[in-house]
Amino acid sequence: MRLRGLVRPYVVTGGRAHASRNTLDAVTVVIATREQVAGLSPEKKRLMELCRGGALSVAEIAAHLSLPISVTKVLLSDLVDSGHIATHAAVSHAARPDMKLLKDVLDGLRARL
Amino acid sequence: MASVLASDGVYLRDTVRTAVKLLVVGPFAIGKTTFVGTLSEIRPLRTEETMTEAGALVDDLAGVNGKSTTTVALDFGRLTLTDELVLYLFGAPGQKRFTQIWKDIAFGALGALVLADTRRLEQSFEVMGLLEELGIPYAVAVNAFDGAPAFPGAEVRDALDLLPETPLVFCDARDVTSSTQALITLVEYLSTRNQENA
Ligand SMILES: Nc1nc2c(ncn2[C@@H]2O[C@H](COP(=O)(O)OP(=O)(O)OP(=O)(O)O)[C@@H](O)[C@H]2O)c(=O)[nH]1
Ligand SMILES: [Mg+2]
Repeated sequence: MRLRGLVRPYVVTGGRAHASRNTLDAVTVVIATREQVAGLSPEKKRLMELCRGGALSVAEIAAHLSLPISVTKVLLSDLVDSGHIATHAAVSHAARPDMKLLKDVLDGLRARL
Repeated sequence: MASVLASDGVYLRDTVRTAVKLLVVGPFAIGKTTFVGTLSEIRPLRTEETMTEAGALVDDLAGVNGKSTTTVALDFGRLTLTDELVLYLFGAPGQKRFTQIWKDIAFGALGALVLADTRRLEQSFEVMGLLEELGIPYAVAVNAFDGAPAFPGAEVRDALDLLPETPLVFCDARDVTSSTQALITLVEYLSTRNQENA
């Protein structure tokens, strides 16, 4: 189950240093959009198997697969390109978060007390 | 594997559309992992990133043969706030030399909670400077360690050289209510700040 030690991360990502992963954030929510995994590398199959169970953030996928977030982003960006997964855009990285969002976070935290 | 995880409540609700993150930062053994674990609805998770000594992120070891690397652990937890909104808390190490990890994890963060201990306040300086450089607003939470002297807030503020606007709270990272209060103080500050800058 654990990958580390068996396969070096650069093998996992096919030696690609910089994929189009910059659109993915650690908290981008990822969902599987395709059942078909034929032709995918073992790592991507493993990732798809995990994602088929439901929505998870990029960081959670990384942790469950014992991969660094950076490597996970590279794998995921390939899977976005090939149509296997879709993402809910992470919150916009505007200089200022919108008031509604901050209010929702605040209300959500207060409701826990 | 997927079904086992599902029964553990590992997955997000299907209705979640927005995820936000806050950072929980501070020096070694200050209570970052404890804080995240106290508030997280899932068993806190951990990922490890490999860095070169120079602080570059390694996602391709082909390029770093012969250079020494370090592993940096990030702990994180999750709080589902509404059907549509989920908050992630990332515990990140306070050292500036992990530059690339910091940039990656700080990007898009709403803000940070800096943990401090009255016996070693100066150890929180490095991370405060880093947050200022990255433009991430923060509040400071003094963690109530056993045996740590209790100082009045004003003295702690002075010692940390806080801006008048920066919130300072006392907290116990092992306690849910206390830790939730600390986050509320942070987000209240973020809202006020946002309104004033609007
Ligand atoms: N008394 C008291 N002890 C605390 C508190 N927060 C954490 N601790 C204890 O302090 C120790 C270190 O806490 P951690 O949560 O592991 O600290 P950390 O910042 O994650 O440490 P590193 O990841 O190693 O840098 C643990 O033994 C905790 O139980 C607190 O608020 N009060
Ligand atoms: Mg820790």
